[in-house]
Amino acid sequence: MKLYSKIHGLRLAEPKVLRIAEEPDRPGDVKAVEALLLEQSTRTNAEGFGLMLSRSTSAGLLQLPPELNYLRTGDIIRVSTNGELSVLYRKNSRFNTMLVTERCNSKCLMCSQPPRDINDDFLIEDWLEAIRLMSPETAELGITGGEPTLRFQGLLDLIAATKEHLPNTALHMLSNGRLFCYLKYAQRIAAIGHRDFVIGIPIYSDVPTIHDFVVQAEKAFEQTLLGILNLARVHQRIEIRFVIHRQTVDRLPQFARFVARNLPFVDHVALMGLEIMGYTRSNLETLWIDPLDFQQQLEAAVFELNWAGLPVSIYNLPLCLLPKPLWRYSRQSISDWKNIYFDECQKCAVQEFCAGFFASAEMKRSRFIRPLAMSDREYAIDIFGEKTLEQATEK
Amino acid sequence: MNSNGAKLAPAFRPVGSFQRNAAYRLLPFKSIRLSTSMHLLTNLAGDYVTIPEEELKSLVQGSIGRDHPIYNDLVGRQFIYEGDPSVSLELLAAQYRTKQSLLSEFTGLHIFVTTLRCDHSCHYCQVSRVSEDRATFDMSKETGAKGVDLMFQSPSKYLKVEFQGGESLLNFEVVRYVVELVQQRKGGRNVQFVIASNLAFLTDEMLSFCAEHDVKFSCSLDGPKSLHNRNRPRPNSDSYEKTIEGIKRVRTKLGADAVSALMTTTADTLEQAEAVIDEYVEQGFHSIFLRWISPFGFAIRSEKKIGYDTERFIDFYKRGLEHTLQLNLQGKCLREEYAAIMLRKILTPYASGYVDLQSPAGLGLSVLVYNYDGNVYASDESRMLAEMGDRRFCLGNVHRHTYEQLFLESSLLETVLDTVVEGMPGCSDCAFSPYCGTDPVYNYATQRDVVGHRPTSSFCRRNMEILRYLFSILEEGSDRSRVLKGWV
Repeated sequence: MKLYSKIHGLRLAEPKVLRIAEEPDRPGDVKAVEALLLEQSTRTNAEGFGLMLSRSTSAGLLQLPPELNYLRTGDIIRVSTNGELSVLYRKNSRFNTMLVTERCNSKCLMCSQPPRDINDDFLIEDWLEAIRLMSPETAELGITGGEPTLRFQGLLDLIAATKEHLPNTALHMLSNGRLFCYLKYAQRIAAIGHRDFVIGIPIYSDVPTIHDFVVQAEKAFEQTLLGILNLARVHQRIEIRFVIHRQTVDRLPQFARFVARNLPFVDHVALMGLEIMGYTRSNLETLWIDPLDFQQQLEAAVFELNWAGLPVSIYNLPLCLLPKPLWRYSRQSISDWKNIYFDECQKCAVQEFCAGFFASAEMKRSRFIRPLAMSDREYAIDIFGEKTLEQATEK
Repeated sequence: MNSNGAKLAPAFRPVGSFQRNAAYRLLPFKSIRLSTSMHLLTNLAGDYVTIPEEELKSLVQGSIGRDHPIYNDLVGRQFIYEGDPSVSLELLAAQYRTKQSLLSEFTGLHIFVTTLRCDHSCHYCQVSRVSEDRATFDMSKETGAKGVDLMFQSPSKYLKVEFQGGESLLNFEVVRYVVELVQQRKGGRNVQFVIASNLAFLTDEMLSFCAEHDVKFSCSLDGPKSLHNRNRPRPNSDSYEKTIEGIKRVRTKLGADAVSALMTTTADTLEQAEAVIDEYVEQGFHSIFLRWISPFGFAIRSEKKIGYDTERFIDFYKRGLEHTLQLNLQGKCLREEYAAIMLRKILTPYASGYVDLQSPAGLGLSVLVYNYDGNVYASDESRMLAEMGDRRFCLGNVHRHTYEQLFLESSLLETVLDTVVEGMPGCSDCAFSPYCGTDPVYNYATQRDVVGHRPTSSFCRRNMEILRYLFSILEEGSDRSRVLKGWV
């Protein structure tokens, strides 16, 4: 699924953030912030919209790039002055994330979205506009980067805006947590008083040197740990994330023990498979380990955390590579727009329960991907429950 | 170079360049020998690592290398650090705060002694009277109400009200009165009720009341019929039959988990570890507490008859634990509670509320006892000592003293300050101390000193041996180790 494209022939005086409308009969005061998307070129009382687009080729109307035909009422797009279109928000997806900056103070070996040291202050402004246009029924919303805390004032504005406009939306931020080694930053986040806000922070080892190596930043381990303790002091909810690759896998069980002993107050621990994007491609030989070859360490870590009473999940790994006792910890974690299944998966009886693959797994994948049988399906239904047809076809 | 020898892309630095320049330094830890070649290292909060003797020597001499397999474990568990210790110290502080988190909750267990009267005349009992004199040995409603007043001055969000005797059911009127009063006044607090009883006087009316107010029972079951009845004499010699019948009635009316059982080890018990444990399985219990005899009251006076030395108890305990483990491996579900308490301290970062293994001592801070006559004691053992004529740990009386007076004007604070295990002679150097505790009343009763003398203390000897035994099983990494982990 493409999230970026270009509208040919469009020139704007300044960029616009617009919500898609498919019916022209809209209140006058919202038309300016909406893009009317028509099936055909029936130009009827459509005055006042911020933009008008057609799904088909037609004289007199700009055409929506066909690869974005999935856009529906309530989705939100950004259009640049020369017609570049990016999809900011899809109303029916549970994977909407707000990228607030591409800058970062770490340089993780396996970063799927390598940082760029550019001025992208406008991003926060766009998101503040977009939040006002989002559906109040939005269940979940993410904040990501880069490192979001590097735009700290903007970040505070963003969290406050979601609290005000989306009071029922769960907010989740990915951060390396390093800036929270200053207590005042943790206190300012807590002062907003968002009711459903979790910060997901990666720790890649119980040994400082290894963690610093993985994130390519000296003292990062110290800063992140102090940051986590400061966030705990202000009662901020925390998730710990661990990406499994060749440089981290050896101490995965020790990492689990470290979290259970030192950070028993965290809300959730996510153990995650590798996404073959960005820096991971440059360092593939250093990082790659076939997931089948680390199941023993993964099992030890999951059981240690579970035994300690910490909620634990496995992200980004397909069921055919996980021993059955680990299935119940597996989540369908990959964002819908980049989630794929392989040809083998079409014959698999548990595909609807499986996390599947990042689209980037086309480049490097396990040797052991295989379709599972109907008997496995019964086991999956025992764990995950019978899916409704709607849930099963959502993806 | 990295762990698989592959090259990083040029823009990235190798792992070696993130190595701290400083040589490692030690963080605070203590060590103790577990076996001829293995040592246990523990930190203040109870995290631990086992290490062979040669490596321990290198470690303290500063010569253990970064490439040694145990090196990273020592770093990851905060036994050593490189460069800046600030994070390690913060993590150790957080661990210690977690371990001591119950201290700020203050007193959670409140024992009401509703009567000293009892139909049993057990040799080991410290306090009971076979007497019909209600006026002298029963708690009055006024005294119960004053006890409830004091209990609600504790800041604890979790309160446990335990009724003790004598035979507490012989004064059920006050049990009922206190439960109803607490229910009216508890507000948002979480309160549990337990009646310690021999169940011989249990009526249907009592059971209905207990069902209504979610009151649970704790009874004595010393083992198979012959042993139980020998330990616990009563007219007709039918204590066992009464107890078993009572257990069934409680379970029928209140549910399978509404009654727990406690055993006391006497000299006769020592030969019958397996039979005692089998009796618990037979009666459908999932938990047993292999409990030694307290050196109080009649237990000391009749020491020749029922007493035994510590070594024999330790042998009994190990045999019992072994039998319990074997039952678990055969698919039975039975947990030994004393081991479970210690395992929680060893394997989790959390605090344990068990009164006899606290630092500072649990006296008053974990438990208060409101005696039938209104006297307030710092623990159940404190009142037993008083029954022997020594009121050292009597804090005052519910009718004459305020909450503040009980805590601040009694000998309590002085005793508590003397019982911080981290600073006690013999304990301050002991690697087992994070899992242990102290019982100043025991020390005082046996050694005339609340701090006590460790080398001659059977409390110390027993706990050290049990801990050593538990660690030896944990270190096996066997099915038995997994059973122990499952008890936590």
